[in-house]
Amino acid sequence: MSDQMKSKHSTTRMVPVPTNSIVPERDVNAIPVLETRHLGIEFGGLKAVDDFNLTIGKTEIAGLIGPNGAGKTTVFNLLTKVYEPTTGAVLINGRDLHGLSIVQASKLGIARTFQNIRLFDKMTVEENVRIGLHNQIKYDMLSGILRLPRYWKQEKRQHEKAMELLSIFGMQDLADEEAGSLPYGAQRRLEIVRALATDPKLLLLDEPAAGMNPHETEELMENIAKIRDQFKIAILLIEHDMSLVMGVCEGICVLNFGRVIAKGTADEIQANPVVIEAYLGKKKEAAK
Amino acid sequence: MIFLDNLINGLSLGSIYAIIALGYTMVYGIAKMLNFAHGDVIMVGAYIAFCGLQYWGLPPVMAILVAMAVCTVLGVTIEGLAYRPLRQAASLAVLITAIGMSYLLQNLALMIWGANPKSFPRTFINSSILRVGELSISSATIITILANIVIMVALTLFTSKTKMGKAMRCVSEDRGAAELMGINVNRTISLTFAIGSALAAIAGVLLCSSYPILQPTTGSMPGIKAFTAAVFGGIGSIPGAMLGGVLLGVIEIFGKAYISTELGDAIVFAVLIVVLLVKPAGLLGKPVREKV
Amino acid sequence: MMKMSKSKRKRLIYNCVTFALVIVAFIVLQSMIANKTITRSLKGQLVPICCWVVMAVSLNLVIGISGELSLGHAGFMSVGAYTGAVVSGWLLRAFDMQDPTLRLVVAVAAGGILAGIAGTLIGIPVLRLRGDYLAIVTLAFGEIIRNLVNVLYIGTANGKLYFSFLNKELPADVTMLVDGAKGAVKIKPISTFTAGFVLIILTLIVVLNLVNSRAGRAIKACRDNRIAAESMGVNVTKYKMMAFVTAAVLAGMAGALYGLNSSTVVPTQFTFNQSINVLVFVVLGGLGNVLGSIISATLLTVLPEILRAFADYRMLVYAVVLILVMIATNNPIIRAWLTRLGNIFRHKFQRGTEKGGAAR
Repeated sequence: MSDQMKSKHSTTRMVPVPTNSIVPERDVNAIPVLETRHLGIEFGGLKAVDDFNLTIGKTEIAGLIGPNGAGKTTVFNLLTKVYEPTTGAVLINGRDLHGLSIVQASKLGIARTFQNIRLFDKMTVEENVRIGLHNQIKYDMLSGILRLPRYWKQEKRQHEKAMELLSIFGMQDLADEEAGSLPYGAQRRLEIVRALATDPKLLLLDEPAAGMNPHETEELMENIAKIRDQFKIAILLIEHDMSLVMGVCEGICVLNFGRVIAKGTADEIQANPVVIEAYLGKKKEAAK
Repeated sequence: MIFLDNLINGLSLGSIYAIIALGYTMVYGIAKMLNFAHGDVIMVGAYIAFCGLQYWGLPPVMAILVAMAVCTVLGVTIEGLAYRPLRQAASLAVLITAIGMSYLLQNLALMIWGANPKSFPRTFINSSILRVGELSISSATIITILANIVIMVALTLFTSKTKMGKAMRCVSEDRGAAELMGINVNRTISLTFAIGSALAAIAGVLLCSSYPILQPTTGSMPGIKAFTAAVFGGIGSIPGAMLGGVLLGVIEIFGKAYISTELGDAIVFAVLIVVLLVKPAGLLGKPVREKV
Repeated sequence: MMKMSKSKRKRLIYNCVTFALVIVAFIVLQSMIANKTITRSLKGQLVPICCWVVMAVSLNLVIGISGELSLGHAGFMSVGAYTGAVVSGWLLRAFDMQDPTLRLVVAVAAGGILAGIAGTLIGIPVLRLRGDYLAIVTLAFGEIIRNLVNVLYIGTANGKLYFSFLNKELPADVTMLVDGAKGAVKIKPISTFTAGFVLIILTLIVVLNLVNSRAGRAIKACRDNRIAAESMGVNVTKYKMMAFVTAAVLAGMAGALYGLNSSTVVPTQFTFNQSINVLVFVVLGGLGNVLGSIISATLLTVLPEILRAFADYRMLVYAVVLILVMIATNNPIIRAWLTRLGNIFRHKFQRGTEKGGAAR
């Protein structure tokens, strides 16, 4: 199964786009789900991210890699409007995020997971997913308090949808557990389900495989591809596990000191001398 | 002339707020908690000094020193018993505990000293009146303002020059990193409470020298206003506490004089709300960025 | 039909027990009143108990469910009490509305609405702030309200309401309804135990149904993790506001009922100490636990009346209880120790029942 996946991705043809980036050939005629132009942010004079240009195709699985402290999570925080950029722009489906709040960015179709897991610990697994459905299956406060028919109908829909989403990772049986009491790997998977529940166009995964064993990582890799195929969305992931990145990502962007030093396919990145020097080279030395 | 009179009274009241605000601001900066009981430590300090002067026949300076010593021990004890077990807990839990502690102190004082207000005795602090032209200034006013300046300078020197002071600043910046650098965080927090509580004793004596009515609730309103002052100036900042305290004192006195006596407190709190709306980090505070 | 999930069933049982307890208590007390077996002091306490229960449950919505510490809850109660007194007095004198029930309903509703407006005004600036600031600002707000009603004068004459502020400048022929520091005066007490019961039921319906709905989950999500909630598209300020204003409305209604239970309402009845009292009910009953709030509010209102000797130490005991409960429920070491103790007991209990079952 996983071999099939790998071969499928390695055959994806990546083509250049005007913004000095590449996208999969199948997405070239669609509006890119994400486009950043000269994106940058300063913290007290320090440029944490500088002139960051990236285009992600409509159904691309992309990777964002780089040494520790390169600014990867900061990029996520810029894309999700946790931080307001100092320079440049973020476009989601061609719409500028300038001046929008985190909530508005979420409504435009951007969802994320967190490096340091941020679940709603005291709520159940199902309730966590239902928060993801907050803007998908709605009813007003009054219907809730008075238990109007709309409440029952929408609650049922929320429940069914939550269960359907949990089944992606086979987590239906955990629906009643308190989220904070789940094992680490399950918490990471729940974060992905919760993000998916918001019906995103672009899913940002911040180190989804952190703390997972090789078997779990393998499974996660298959699921990431499955999610993309099933939901027809784009996924951008930050990851240190190179087998996952090289195995599942079509386009890979390498960040160092807040700047993009390369974007290409897995093969191109592995062969790029600048990347090897900045990143893989160091790793080889450490291995010695 | 009335204007000048009010201004001087405002500066004096503001100086008391500033000294109390220091206790809040230091504890908030280092332990990241609102020590609700701080105002009541002031009250305890004032009562101890009162007992020293009235019952034990101590000279004023000795009475103040005893009050400072008792408050220091009290502050460190409160921190160790009630706050330390909650170092990792949510801020809501710590805040409720601090409110409980404030209530405990008030009710203990009620049991020990009774509900009847005590009249604070005259000392060298408030015994004479200085006349400059038509102005008459109480010695308490001058001593309060001077004490505020001395304390501010001493604290600034302490935090910037001494090893313990630098440790305090480290813990306030990043507790985890400070711990890794070998700084004893618990001891540093205890020290902060000790300094804050000793200052509270001084503030208590100064407060009761200017407004000589002492009862178990004496500390709570000045305490809350001083916290307002600390927020006004920018919580965590020592010069901010001074600036905020003095400004708030002046605003309160002028509000009472020119708007309405009954609405004095309301005006002070309205200032708090406006400040939080317009500049939540306070006048001299730095906005904090949450780590994601 | 789908099988009901474990958590859903637990919630349903909890809600049923809560409602059943209130209804049974009401029936028992009503029959005691009918048989005249109730003591005079307890009878006098019935309406206040209802008010404090509503106060505790509504504050629990803010503290337990929304996770924000509000120290100005008594302020909303006083807004409700004053509004209720003025509206009731006005309706009686200006419109000659004799029916006490109708007057009570209008007065309580008005109390809720005005407290809700006050809650909105204070919530807009404050709910964007961090927790500690919210606590201090709500406290400040409670004090401001107390300051303001101290210099508020309201009178009625010829069907009109006259207001004046700071100075008593009203026409000579008015009947005073609110007289500055003397408070709301000449109130005709019209509150009844039944009205209190209805208000409790209403509060329970609002709070319990809200908690178990889309909005309630959003409120809890904001409490558990603000950034994550925002990233999921939940408007944090809106939902914190919803909890805060709902609680303010309920507190205002409780205040109106409380105010119309006696002949005067004075500003000193609604000090910071009252807010702390309600906080003690909530903490002792358990944060987020509505049933607990009901029980603790009732017991802590009745007990000091029964145990006169205890009354002197009441505040002292409250303070110690606050500190101990907080440390016991939040210190990781003590909590682990308590869980272990609980497990041992449960284990013994289960073994006991298993043995019993085998013997049968």
